[in-house]
Amino acid sequence: MSIELKNITKQFGGVSAVNDVSFTVADGQLVALLGPSGCGKTTVLRMISGLEAPTDGEIFVRGKRVNDVPVQKRNIGFVFQGYALFKSMSVADNIAFGLKIKKWSKPDRIARVAELIDLLGLKDLENRFPHQLSGGQRQRVALARALAPKPDVLLLDEPFAAVDAKIRQELREMLVNLHHELNVTTIFVTHDQEEAMEVSNRIVIFDKGRLAQIGTPREVYEEPASEFVARFIGVMNVLDCEVREGVARYGGLEFPTHGVTDGQRLRIGFRPYAVQVSNDLTAHRHFAVLRHTYFLGVLLRLELELPSGLIIRARMSKEEYTRLHLTEGREVSLQIRQYRVLAREGESLPPEVSVTHSLPLSPGEGI
Amino acid sequence: MSAIPKRQLSAGQRKSQRGTEESPFVKWLLITVALLFSLVFLLLPLVNVFAQAFAKGFTVYWDALKHPNTIAAMKLTLLVTIICVPLNVLFGLAAAWAITKFEFRGKSLLITLIDLPFSVSPVVAGLMFIVLFGLQGYFGEWLADREIKIIFAVPGIALATLFVTFPFVARELIPIMQAAGSDQEQSALTLGANGWQTFWHVTLPSVKMGLLYGTILCIARCVGEFGAVSVVSGHITGKTDTVPLHVEKLYNEYQGAAAFAVASILALGALFTLGLKTWLEWREAKLEESSQLAAVGLQPVADSYKPMADG
Repeated sequence: MSIELKNITKQFGGVSAVNDVSFTVADGQLVALLGPSGCGKTTVLRMISGLEAPTDGEIFVRGKRVNDVPVQKRNIGFVFQGYALFKSMSVADNIAFGLKIKKWSKPDRIARVAELIDLLGLKDLENRFPHQLSGGQRQRVALARALAPKPDVLLLDEPFAAVDAKIRQELREMLVNLHHELNVTTIFVTHDQEEAMEVSNRIVIFDKGRLAQIGTPREVYEEPASEFVARFIGVMNVLDCEVREGVARYGGLEFPTHGVTDGQRLRIGFRPYAVQVSNDLTAHRHFAVLRHTYFLGVLLRLELELPSGLIIRARMSKEEYTRLHLTEGREVSLQIRQYRVLAREGESLPPEVSVTHSLPLSPGEGI
Repeated sequence: MSAIPKRQLSAGQRKSQRGTEESPFVKWLLITVALLFSLVFLLLPLVNVFAQAFAKGFTVYWDALKHPNTIAAMKLTLLVTIICVPLNVLFGLAAAWAITKFEFRGKSLLITLIDLPFSVSPVVAGLMFIVLFGLQGYFGEWLADREIKIIFAVPGIALATLFVTFPFVARELIPIMQAAGSDQEQSALTLGANGWQTFWHVTLPSVKMGLLYGTILCIARCVGEFGAVSVVSGHITGKTDTVPLHVEKLYNEYQGAAAFAVASILALGALFTLGLKTWLEWREAKLEESSQLAAVGLQPVADSYKPMADG
């Protein structure tokens, strides 16, 4: 394995920023550290780099303990949130800096800089200074500079936060392509779940300094380990249900589950895509009024109001919306095809409870 | 043409129609007062220095300048400047670095101490050194036993000047370094640079303009310092008189023209310093502007990365 964190804790003036975090990153992976701001993800990244020392716990790189190895000797590439380019150096000098420090010969340096200029599409910008570059260009220079000395690990702190949406999309694709090409172990920090889902092949989710879940984008989306993860990754309808006659209920909605007793309160969650909507009022047993439709592009988000006053969110393709002749204010029938028990009051969930419950898809419908 | 007749406005009135602008009367009153004040209290005395210097002709002026005592005073002033400026540049860099890059106990005390020479009267500063190193001072006897002369000698003058010019470089650098943050230094570290390499290649280039300003101000004060130096110098003509002290002495001895002649040298130095500072600021602004223009002009080149396009 490439990087391993064992029981890492970091305190700043008695306050724990990171609390007993352990995870491993295999060689060549592209991993996202994800969480809301202030959850400790950047601190974890900085501890891996050596810019910050853990208060407790151990960090291993390729099986070697690196707690006492200074940042200069860890052979990492670090891309800072604000890029932190050297303002008084040209693009080429910025990229060459690490090579100069590591005493590469001049011809080698020139060749390597040319290679990176080419790889990151920075042609004709070699002699510009950082303040003469656009945000996206600065980001690429920062990446080139970090990659130049051939680091073992590439670390990026909120790499796409400071550029506008269009450039951000291009940079994401660039990072994925670069990773594909160079196969360097890459860890990046983000607060944007969509970005983490799109770019990484593994996501490490943090909540208040603790590890919330590790998994592939699909795993954390489909099998969230907690209500926090469920709410943080994608959109989730969450209901506070009570069990009566062995079935969790909310208003008129029923969620059969295993291993529960009457009187218990359960948190039940379901994704918007799991809500099946029909304009045929006899198709499903629950009814709702379509209150609002949000056009998000190919997919639409619907807000449905149930007779109990509860509003749930559903998702639908534009084609299906047209096919069903839906308009705001119209009455529809619905069923919840897939749901998950997220939490049970005061208890952690036994495995037989925290499974995803699925109903078969009605013919001719679904997304 | 239009249905509602427009008010006819004079050019001056039209300019001041923005809500935030004062009326033309207030504007011109303020400008006149400020200009008149600087004319009467700043420019006129300066011109007068030169007028008085040449009042008795160029020969008197030249004789005053080439007098051995004047030459000695100039040499001493130069020597003190050469000693103090490098020391204060080094100190200023170290202090600014410590204050902006580290968190430590006593940091606010250090900041207060750096400002101390600004708030203490130079005369008091000079007296402090008398109390420490004078014959009756704490270390006076010890120094006398070893025949080390500080007060009424060059070391005392240098010390007093050092004290007074203490804050100039540090005060100029601290805000610049604070604004720059430590991101650039941190990225240098991640690229393998040690502390010295980081300082030399990253920190120093980014503060060079501030360092230059601070140094210029420091030089100006070293040359012009009167109060503190006056207390510790002992006024031994030809030996411990700096240029400002020499000017005062000449004036007190009723050699007005000579005093103004030497003073004109100080004034010229001050003007030169001011000019240098203005030129540096102008050049910096010009560089900034031209590079921005260049950036705008060249912007369309490869602005976005299109991995898909080249396959």
